[in-house]
Amino acid sequence: MIDLHSVSFRYRQDWVLREISFQIRKGEFIGVIGPNGSGKSTLLKTLCRLLTPQKGEILLDLVPLKEMSQGEIARKIAVVPQEAYSLFPFRVIEMVLMGRSPHLGRLMFEGARDLEIAKKAMEWTETLPIGERLIDELSGGERKRVFIARALVQEPEVILLDEPTANLDIHHQVDFLELILNLNREKGLTIAMASHDLNIASEYCDRLILLQGGTIFKIGSPREVITRANIEKVYGCRVWVDENPISGMPRITLLKKGVRSVLTEV
Amino acid sequence: MKILTLKKVITVSFLLAALLVLVILFSVMVGSVKVEPKHSVSILVQSLLGLTETGTEMERTIILSLRFPRALLAGLVGAGLSVSGAVFQALLRNPLADPYILGVSSGSAVGAIIAILLGLSALSFGLPLASFAGALITIALVFYFGKQEGKIHPNVLLLAGVITGSFLSAIIMFLLSISQKEELHTILFWLMGNFSFANPRAIGIVLPYIGAGFFLLYWRSRHLNLILSGEENALQLGVDVERLKIISYLSASLMTAASVSLCGLIGFVGLIIPHSVRLLFGPDHRLLLPASALIGASFLIASDTLARTLLAPVELPVGVITAAFGGPFFIYLLRKRKVVKTL
Repeated sequence: MIDLHSVSFRYRQDWVLREISFQIRKGEFIGVIGPNGSGKSTLLKTLCRLLTPQKGEILLDLVPLKEMSQGEIARKIAVVPQEAYSLFPFRVIEMVLMGRSPHLGRLMFEGARDLEIAKKAMEWTETLPIGERLIDELSGGERKRVFIARALVQEPEVILLDEPTANLDIHHQVDFLELILNLNREKGLTIAMASHDLNIASEYCDRLILLQGGTIFKIGSPREVITRANIEKVYGCRVWVDENPISGMPRITLLKKGVRSVLTEV
Repeated sequence: MKILTLKKVITVSFLLAALLVLVILFSVMVGSVKVEPKHSVSILVQSLLGLTETGTEMERTIILSLRFPRALLAGLVGAGLSVSGAVFQALLRNPLADPYILGVSSGSAVGAIIAILLGLSALSFGLPLASFAGALITIALVFYFGKQEGKIHPNVLLLAGVITGSFLSAIIMFLLSISQKEELHTILFWLMGNFSFANPRAIGIVLPYIGAGFFLLYWRSRHLNLILSGEENALQLGVDVERLKIISYLSASLMTAASVSLCGLIGFVGLIIPHSVRLLFGPDHRLLLPASALIGASFLIASDTLARTLLAPVELPVGVITAAFGGPFFIYLLRKRKVVKTL
């Protein structure tokens, strides 16, 4: 689906991404993890050409991203932003319909079919009842769901999420991730998500990429990536990794500095 | 759920155009020299339809060479300033932006003052041409200063514009301080803005800029909606943002330059009309731009009509009227309707 061939990117001086190569497979749920400044957000931004790498190549369905128009990319890849405030507030339905933009001609108005697509996406994300509200009157969780609806309306093949659960309480975190998982499992959408929450990443993703200083430290299944050795090395803090007793996926526990226990001495 | 349709845009535009026609008729009917209102309208309509001429020679001159061109020019300028104000607010993502924020007005003022001081204003189009040239040079400079690595950053451009404007204001003050008394009056009159320059040729000059600018911007109106939530947001939704910005900034700047060069600095219209229209019809540029153009045109024609009749035969600067009536009305709208969040 998306191939990266030794992609390097820098803003001004220092390389933020160095020689990154991997493949995102069609229909997978891939997570990007790593400490602050390891290049997670930058990596996601290169995938939708918000940033263009100085070196290397990104192929989307075997076509170089560089050679595609912004509209072509937007018809295949949708981004759920962390936050997006409109200077002058639109209604939720108008905001969702903006996702049709890459499919519309310059001046075209959204028609009955576009409205139908929007309504379906809003039903799916449970935003239909708030369709008439103004976007800046919503809570953080509601706004997130509106942006998912907008991404769905784009009818993409890939959805990129940058820190989707930041600022959400645990109830909304679970709701939101279940929604994403459904899109992945039922609609076959490819999902790439950058996250700081290692337990969530471990629980929901098929594969994880662990970044360190702009390079791939480890890529593989959560079991392969989330190990005590990997996490302690990359994040530079002590953790305890065991198995989530219910799902069987790796689970991380943070350790207070100076804590000594039988377990950590293992 | 109701969404914006082409039908709604056409209906609203049609109603606002009808209002504009009424305002033009009214402005043609009143003035310091009394012409029977019925005569005014029939002279105007008959001449527009190319029918037999009625009225006295003087009446015909007043209506066809003075009041009507003046109403048309005020309308064009009102439309131009309102549309470019709306677009500057969106592109700079700043509710305080107006058509003059990038210093275009100061550049055009420097051009105009130099023309007046050199006596070029005696030539038939010396003043507007000099002022237009001043505006163009300013636009070029501000974009040159405001670009970083080939890209336009709104805040950098804003700073470049504001600072260029302040520098030019210094030049304006210098030029004012070395001016003679008679020149000073002409300069001040120009700076305050007025439509006494109106004639059919002036309209012919300004129309292509306002018209072309409007269509270039309207063609991009849906993309302007997307950029309200930020450039990354628009990019993610498939907009070629750099191209959109360059074309929109230049169109809006040229509309402003053309307007200002013919009638001086008329303040306030470009700030309050877009905001008022948003409060009435919402922020979607597909309706906002035509509605702003039509309401801005009506508003400025009405203001100018008041400016020349209120203390007739003395003519007030039209800016006095736009601020005195527009300000309180805008505050009323602001209090009554949902306020722009960022203000």
